[in-house]
Amino acid sequence: MTTRDDHGSPVLSRLLEALPAAVLATHARLGDATARVDPACIVEVAKLLRDASGLEFEMLTDLTAVDYLGEEPRFEVVYHFYSVARNQRVRIKARVSEAEPRLPSLVPLYASADWMEREVFDLYGVRFVGHPNLKRILLYDEFEGHPLRKDYAKAARQPLIGPRN
Amino acid sequence: MAGATQGRGGGLAEDFERDLHIERQTLNMGPSHPATHGTVKFLVELDGENIADIDVQVGYLHRGFEKECESGSWYQAIPYTDRLNYNSAVLANVGFCLAVEKLLGLETPIRCQWQRVLASELSRVGDHLTRCGAACLELQAMTPFLYGIEARELIWDLLESLCGARVTSNYVRIGGVKHAMPESFPAQCRELLSKIRALLADFDAVVTSNRIFVDRLKDTGVISQQDCLRYAVTGPILRSTGVPLDLRKAEPYLTYAEIDFDVPIGEVGDNYDRYLVCVEEMQQSLRIVEQCLAKLEELGPGPVDTLDLRVRWPAKARVFDQMEGLIQQFKSVTEGPRVPAGEGYLAIESANGELGFYLVSDGSEVPTKVRCRPPSFINLAPMPLMLRGALLADLIPTFDFINMIGGECDR
Repeated sequence: MTTRDDHGSPVLSRLLEALPAAVLATHARLGDATARVDPACIVEVAKLLRDASGLEFEMLTDLTAVDYLGEEPRFEVVYHFYSVARNQRVRIKARVSEAEPRLPSLVPLYASADWMEREVFDLYGVRFVGHPNLKRILLYDEFEGHPLRKDYAKAARQPLIGPRN
Repeated sequence: MAGATQGRGGGLAEDFERDLHIERQTLNMGPSHPATHGTVKFLVELDGENIADIDVQVGYLHRGFEKECESGSWYQAIPYTDRLNYNSAVLANVGFCLAVEKLLGLETPIRCQWQRVLASELSRVGDHLTRCGAACLELQAMTPFLYGIEARELIWDLLESLCGARVTSNYVRIGGVKHAMPESFPAQCRELLSKIRALLADFDAVVTSNRIFVDRLKDTGVISQQDCLRYAVTGPILRSTGVPLDLRKAEPYLTYAEIDFDVPIGEVGDNYDRYLVCVEEMQQSLRIVEQCLAKLEELGPGPVDTLDLRVRWPAKARVFDQMEGLIQQFKSVTEGPRVPAGEGYLAIESANGELGFYLVSDGSEVPTKVRCRPPSFINLAPMPLMLRGALLADLIPTFDFINMIGGECDR
């Protein structure tokens, strides 16, 4: 992830051409066109992917995060876009720090971001600024911490209702 | 209310409107409701009998799928994928193993690929049968449910012969499948296929043009093509709006490029279209199963596992006779394969839509990240959109044809 080359992918080439400052690194290993972008530019990037002719990524198919504990910035939020019209995919990644794990929400552009951003918030504690209803989705409101963080012990238990006598 | 009073003349209707004080009320359905198959809670805001708004709450079956996968070996994740969707466990197996093989850069033997397709399509039929059968049951029609479940039993009998288990089959391996196809399987399969086709015909005769069924399904739970794309909805729901997106055609994996089958689509995107799409997909899947059988018979017996030593366990003779074989067996069992560092996303067409796996490896024997892109979760999100303004009774068929599976939705 050190080069800023298009690796023969037309999507990456368009992205580098239109938003050269936003793209930090690219790769196309295993055939997956991937770009790491500046988290502050994520809305701009998504808008380009959705609206530019020749790109037309109508779907934000998947959104998740990865915890690289020990690295800085620690969290990587991973977006997978899919264009039904052109049958192509692109992966966009943005790194956010542990101290300030926040980046702009994509809900205004892609409705599918609603639940998926809530899930990433729930399990990783990454905050999406501008999300209309950012609350836990898989876990209950009283849950403390974010279980998919690598420093959350797998064996930790937080029962909402204690055992019956 | 308005419908009931219209026939009596405008004056009376006005009286009703003025005098009858209607308060909105909140109805709590679930998380364990007899008319929904799935553990999910709906907070329905009712305006009379109409749904003013609905809040869908998921997460009751969250059991830390990703956390568990990130603490075991790559192999140990496979049985967890079985438990994502109890209706079509093989499909999740296939998706996960294909994604790991993508990271490994591994090509599987041809017989293995055909057997994976065969098991996948049987699972798909089983999944659709459950969806359509259970929908009938929840609309108070017991008989078609029994036809559907009888056919699903036959599917599970076939899966048992092929995989060794009926529901959570744990059939697919990284680089192969657990067993070669038994010699007697094609004959058994052809016999049962004709029975399944007969049951599907019975189901069709009772249901498809049944006045009550059609009335409950037509024009209910409608979603537009545009909204499907915005919400990243895939599978039969997207196809029922007229988008012919099927990953088996769009991004052919395994041997789907060589197989002859059609992708049915709907027009208006209501529950009835979803039902028709599912019914036709079952017929297409049975066609694929027949092509797999013919191809596997033509190929004859042969290897179903890769020879790649990174993932393959050594043959028993080598383990008992040679030190190297014994060491390799020990390492394979205690550690499992090491997957090269990197990331990869691979999606397959499951019965509910795009089932994707995004994997990250740091080069060790334990995955850094196992993300399952769950079609159930993503397809359920636009449910309020499908139901606002509809009758409360429309919630049942709409939820049935979204076919949310708790295990996969909540992981």
